[in-house]
Amino acid sequence: MKMKDLPEEDWFVNGHTACPGCGGATVVKIAMKVFGPDTITYFPANCLLVFGGTYPLNSFKVPYLHVLFENSAICAAGISRALKRLGKTDTSVVAFAGDGGTADIGIQALSGAAERNEDIIYVCYDNEAYMNTGIQRSGATPFGAWTTTTPVGSVEAGKGEYKKDIPRIMMAHDAPYVATATLGFIPDLLKKLEKAKNKKGCFRYLQIYAPCPPGWRMDASLGAKISKMVVDTGLWTLYEFEDGKMTINKKPKMTPVEEYTKLQGRFRHLTKENLAALQKYAEDKWRKDQALAEAYS
Amino acid sequence: MAERRIVTGNYAAAYGALLSRVEVIAAYPITPQTFIVEHVSEFVNDGKLDAEYMPVESEHSAMSACVAATATGVRSYTATSSQGLALMHEVLYVAAGLHLPIVMPVVNRTIAAPIGIWCEHNDTMAERDSGWLQCFCENNQEVLDMVVQAYKVAENTKVLLPVMVNLDAFILSHTVEPVEFPDQKDVDEFLPRYDPKHAYLRPKDPMVVGSFASPEYIQEFRYQTEESTQNAKEVIRQVNDEFAEKFGRDYGGAVEEYRMDDAEVALITLGTVSATTRDVVDELRDEGKSVGLVKMRWFRPYPTEIIRDIASRVKALGVYDRAMSFGTGGPSYMDTKSALYGHSTIPVLGFLAGLGGRDVMVKDIRLMFERTLEAAKKDRVEKEVTWIGTRGVQP
Ligand SMILES: Cc1ncc(C[n+]2csc(CCOP(=O)(O)OP(=O)(O)O)c2C)c(N)n1
Repeated sequence: MKMKDLPEEDWFVNGHTACPGCGGATVVKIAMKVFGPDTITYFPANCLLVFGGTYPLNSFKVPYLHVLFENSAICAAGISRALKRLGKTDTSVVAFAGDGGTADIGIQALSGAAERNEDIIYVCYDNEAYMNTGIQRSGATPFGAWTTTTPVGSVEAGKGEYKKDIPRIMMAHDAPYVATATLGFIPDLLKKLEKAKNKKGCFRYLQIYAPCPPGWRMDASLGAKISKMVVDTGLWTLYEFEDGKMTINKKPKMTPVEEYTKLQGRFRHLTKENLAALQKYAEDKWRKDQALAEAYS
Repeated sequence: MAERRIVTGNYAAAYGALLSRVEVIAAYPITPQTFIVEHVSEFVNDGKLDAEYMPVESEHSAMSACVAATATGVRSYTATSSQGLALMHEVLYVAAGLHLPIVMPVVNRTIAAPIGIWCEHNDTMAERDSGWLQCFCENNQEVLDMVVQAYKVAENTKVLLPVMVNLDAFILSHTVEPVEFPDQKDVDEFLPRYDPKHAYLRPKDPMVVGSFASPEYIQEFRYQTEESTQNAKEVIRQVNDEFAEKFGRDYGGAVEEYRMDDAEVALITLGTVSATTRDVVDELRDEGKSVGLVKMRWFRPYPTEIIRDIASRVKALGVYDRAMSFGTGGPSYMDTKSALYGHSTIPVLGFLAGLGGRDVMVKDIRLMFERTLEAAKKDRVEKEVTWIGTRGVQP
């Protein structure tokens, strides 16, 4: 599917209350254009649940269920099993969860659903922190980033640990489809959404980089640019893992990470040593991802 | 033809699900509920029960899967106990708040610490304000019958609330008793397929289930749950009568009265202690004491009107609890007192025994009656809450 083939019609419609430049809202809007009307969605507690509509308002033209924060994968699986009973296996069941709901509190249910190969699509829009509760660190927050729970203090400043690699964990489950994407490479994103939609009857996981201007202390117009840069620096590898085979979709230019960090206030306090550590992380990550792709070729 | 078999309470609980033709099952094992999970898996793998079976990663997920499946529009089932129920806590409120008629046997087991596996009601009692309806069983026949009845109560459009069917750990779960298995055809007539009108997930007729709501609306949702809970009282009676008519077993509705005709005092019980109490009542009657048993079958909704009526006919009430609300008394005792306040001045006494699975003996129940008879005679409560059979504590 190309950009120009995307339907005019939206199933996540305008009128929602996301912040300007919200990557999460853009991910959901594009994804819903690809998934289309025969879809049932699930949202955990996250920004989307709130900006998607407060009772009795709603921005979705497809049904959605919300139960709790940490059970997206199992709730989607519950819907999918019920649909099987009702003979409706064509309907896509999609969970849209944040990185916190995925990497941390929701990882148990996610792992279980992947292991049982539940017939669902799990989309993690990765804005790299708990945004709904006011920008707290998650397992997916990158090294050095300021959040309200990794404040810039006189002794410690920013997150001291590195980003948890959930797609790699999903690959370790031998999930039939795992892919990473960003809003900086739309044709690649569309291809992956479409593949996820059409690969029926199995567990599919997508992790999509989703800039959060207020949370990243960043200009709201920079979303697309930053979504390209994260790939160019090697901090985010675009790849697909399909039926046991891993393919890297883009070779990074290995632009210095500082080019990327300097556009975001969340990294403003980084020292030279911090930047060197992050640079090393990017290089290591690219090396590891290449090795994985080689191993899973 | 209905068939008589010798089975455990766990088998009866599992077979109730089979007869109810549940469509999605999600469960996680925990002693003493484990055999329920095993039996339903066998039913599915042997082709006796045509259902989706989800061997999930936790009880939190088991209840989540049931919520999602029922929200999609099918009948779902799980079972748990103790720590498992505690882990589900958060999800239980969603099931009730979204009006999803899930039925769940709870094998009542003590909650840690200290960790133990035997009978106590502190697991289910901790969930009494979750919006779930709760019934308690005295024997394995009742377990099977109540699973089927529970779906009928839960799915009634005036109710639409989930139900816990409580059975005592080991005393029922692992004990064999003769049980009559109703015919599938009769159960099908009694319990038609679940066909929700209020909540479902269908792309052609989209609906939001579980919307984020503001203070402008939440209070009305709470009020609706209260209305449904109140409506359940009438529905429980109707379902009991319809079941009695079809299957020949009449449990008396929310409360069963035993030898209460001219009783001077009565003991209110929950669960298997009711069975021992029947014998004690018979013995005491033979000794010329006019005592009776009030077997509380449904604890939520609390049968306020029935208990008031009973209180108007006796001189004192004893209430047996197998769980403690620390600092006050057993939950059933507290609810009884609160139901009677302003309506009756008879003495009401609370008794605790059998916590952690200790046996409740005939002598313990005799003591409860003795104390209640004494209070009736003096028309006064000398000791509000009595712990029976506690080392170092004078009852
Ligand atoms: C059990 C539980 N713990 C905590 C919360 C509070 N909470 C709601 S949303 C949220 C953060 C969500 O973060 P993420 O999944 O990254 O999504 P985002 O807000 O970034 O969209 C938290 C901590 C909750 N709802 N439930």
